[in-house]
Amino acid sequence: MNEHEEFDDIPGTTVFTTQRSRQGFHLNQFCMSLMKAENRERFRANERGYLDEWPMTEAQKLAVLARDYNAAIAEGGNIYFLAKIFATDGKSFQEAAASMTGMTTDEYAAMMLAGGRSPEGQRSIREGY
Amino acid sequence: MARITAGVATSHVPAIGAALDLGKSDNDYWKPLFDGYDWSKQWIANEKPDVIFLVYNDHASAFSLAVLPTFAIGCAESYAIADEGFGPRPVPEVIGHPDLACHIAESLILDEFDMTIINEMAVDHGLTVPLSLMYGQPDAWPVKVVPLAVNVVEYPQPTGNRCFELGKAIRRAIRSYPEDLNVQIWGTGGMSHQLQGPRAGFINSAFDHEFFDQLVNDPDTLKKVPHLEYLRESGSEGIEMIMWLIMRGALGKKVKELYRFYHVPASNTAVGHLVLKPGK
Repeated sequence: MNEHEEFDDIPGTTVFTTQRSRQGFHLNQFCMSLMKAENRERFRANERGYLDEWPMTEAQKLAVLARDYNAAIAEGGNIYFLAKIFATDGKSFQEAAASMTGMTTDEYAAMMLAGGRSPEGQRSIREGY
Repeated sequence: MARITAGVATSHVPAIGAALDLGKSDNDYWKPLFDGYDWSKQWIANEKPDVIFLVYNDHASAFSLAVLPTFAIGCAESYAIADEGFGPRPVPEVIGHPDLACHIAESLILDEFDMTIINEMAVDHGLTVPLSLMYGQPDAWPVKVVPLAVNVVEYPQPTGNRCFELGKAIRRAIRSYPEDLNVQIWGTGGMSHQLQGPRAGFINSAFDHEFFDQLVNDPDTLKKVPHLEYLRESGSEGIEMIMWLIMRGALGKKVKELYRFYHVPASNTAVGHLVLKPGK
């Protein structure tokens, strides 16, 4: 098994490789534009119109509009770039992370307070450990 | 000559900066974390380093995907505070040490580490949160900073071995600088955490404690840990810990552990902190 296949064996995880960086280039560059207050204002005023200024795929734009971060990652997004979107929304990293797990924000926060997600069974799909 | 007097490792979780900036550091959630740095604040007030060589990673703030250097050293006179999407953190600008930085950059490149040189850069929570944890909330940082930005965002990150070897080269560079300066080296980021996908919230405290022990006593074994093991065992963002190996490489063969702290959680992350002194 090559290293990229090994990455796909890690449960619930997408490794941001050079290929994914290429795939998500315009999506991630759009995210970077939200580091300027005036761009955040323009995005908030007309999200679809702002996204249409970028050569992004329709799937990338829909993932952003839905704040579906798992979908955005599948389309080449990287979490540190996507963070500019939820920062613009005034949401915390913990709320955004919770939204990707299928848990409520409260359930996720309680899991973290109890020591976080256990590594047991979360290391390898194939080996189940 | 310049001297490397200590090494510090610390996590750099953005929520820690926000807690401090919003006056929440005394509440039930955050107090245990900030209390864990009380010893270090006292210690550094006595040590009074002149310069911190601060190894950190940019989180899509200074570097977009347009250009992504693996190792980049800051030679600027000062560094603005980045706007990461909610306005810049209300902390003082970071003052550089251009002359020392240029000396280190030249030394590293001639030592066959092909550094990217930065003369203008905004710094994000990766660099400012460690300063806040160690110095609190001063009107001006009481120390100069030479930043070293490491790509840990996009695979492949530099290997643990390369990081450790770079640390050794940084040691040679700093110790050949003619001015008598008290220099500390900091390695930041980690510990185990994952910020993305259905596995978000992943924490592996057994891995983290083993990492602490090996970093102090057996870095020659630790430096061989491959990317895949970090990704599986410490979460997709836990690979930031390779930056601690740069710090460790700069301290020489033996170190004395002065202080250790571990806390879960800070937002999504396990927080680890070490203070090391070079030599027995």
